[in-house]
Amino acid sequence: MTAGEAVSRLESGMTLGIGGWGSRRKPMALVRALLRSGITDLTVVSYGGPDVGMLAAAGRIRKLVAPFATLDSIPLEPHFRAARERGALELMEIDEAMFMWGLHAAANRLPFLPVRAGIGSDVMRVNPGLRTVTSPYDDGETFVAMPALRLDAALVHVNRADRRGNGQCLGPDPYFDDLFCEAAEAAFVSCERIVDTAELTKEGAPQTLLIKRHTVTGVVEAPGGAHFTSCAPDYGRDEARQKEYATTPWAEFAERFLNGPDNGPDAEGT
Amino acid sequence: MTATRSEHCVIACAEAWRGAGEILASPMGLIPSIGARLARLTFSPDLLLTDGEAMLVGVDGTVEGWLPYRQHLTLVTSGRRHVMMGASQIDRFGNQNISCIGDWEKPKRQLLGVRGAPVNTLNNPTSYWVPKHSLRVFVEKVDMVCGVGYDRAAGARHHRIPRVVSDLGVFDFATPDHSMRLASLHPGVTVEEVRDATGFALTIPDEVPYTREPTPVELRLIREEIDPADTRAREVPEEAKT
Repeated sequence: MTAGEAVSRLESGMTLGIGGWGSRRKPMALVRALLRSGITDLTVVSYGGPDVGMLAAAGRIRKLVAPFATLDSIPLEPHFRAARERGALELMEIDEAMFMWGLHAAANRLPFLPVRAGIGSDVMRVNPGLRTVTSPYDDGETFVAMPALRLDAALVHVNRADRRGNGQCLGPDPYFDDLFCEAAEAAFVSCERIVDTAELTKEGAPQTLLIKRHTVTGVVEAPGGAHFTSCAPDYGRDEARQKEYATTPWAEFAERFLNGPDNGPDAEGT
Repeated sequence: MTATRSEHCVIACAEAWRGAGEILASPMGLIPSIGARLARLTFSPDLLLTDGEAMLVGVDGTVEGWLPYRQHLTLVTSGRRHVMMGASQIDRFGNQNISCIGDWEKPKRQLLGVRGAPVNTLNNPTSYWVPKHSLRVFVEKVDMVCGVGYDRAAGARHHRIPRVVSDLGVFDFATPDHSMRLASLHPGVTVEEVRDATGFALTIPDEVPYTREPTPVELRLIREEIDPADTRAREVPEEAKT
């Protein structure tokens, strides 16, 4: 399917998980399609990067669940910052590990998982809904009961996939993309290249086949689909474009990003 | 050869990992990274280091293992790690903030977010590096507690903040109530200078030692092997001495 077709399966008000990490292997072609759609009022669950920044700048996020938002080489995400300083979005600010265990809980159909992280910190103050749980064993330690981060849909971008939804991460870090798919009702995987199933084991070891087709709803071929974030080993981050993103007023950048000559390979068919 | 201020900072950071054994050194920031590599090349040869991404590497970059984020988070909870984080604010009991300045609901200045500070401080030794010691950083009360301090860590069995290193000196929490103490001054810095740049009452021992000098071998390693481009001087300029 195209990015536009994938996004046509989404609805306003959904809880949407976005894969990658910071400014690394973000499903930017899918984010672009989302920005072109009228979908809004989203709860976005993300190890935040420019995906969060752009959706926040466009006013599509009602609530954000994240431990951070960063552009990595530019530490502070400008549009996330601006949205926060305007008080424009609700935030569930949690620790990186709490976030991971929230996805694990959802993937395992558990209501929560105990985590040590969060105790004593202001994560508890700013999330008054968080509860603790005490170990029933001799240690008696008290943990945060990290609630499952169940997703209506997940958007991730990987290096290769077959048409059935088997996804392959060829870079050094798979991040948490398989978990996002497992935690979601529906998952849309974009990839640099769709290959025949038999090709998958030729380019990488079996351990690179992290995303399984039973967790995937649709596959989108989107070469350059993580641009301007990195997509190792296919390409690194486009630092010049990222800098332009960080320093250009959003309306102006959005015009170029969504409608300009560099609007990406998914432009046709949307 | 006289060591510069930035080189004293490197030594003070490296010392955080002395005697740490076979654990992961996670330095965040330039001078802590130089310090961790120096420790590994000298007195703490069993330390594990990463390339800042997903690989465990030697000082020369030789890959010896794989540590993607998901495994890194497990390593954190195993406790076999000593991280040195940055701090936009830090208070008398070692509470640290990198999330936002002002009211959390609508911050005056949004920063990174809590990142992994809560999981780090509850699970493995966490030290801090502050390249510019000032009243803005060393505050009476942080606006958002990301890294947990001693006054909020009651019962947290794996909580420990071994040290805070700034461009002025080294600080620890070796006081009866675990409030911050001046442990050493970098050569050229005075107690008054530290007091003036700190927004809360520090414990100051009668005799404050100076941060130790690097050995000739250490100085050679810093200047010729680890940081020949002298990037450390950009993080802590020599003018800081006055």
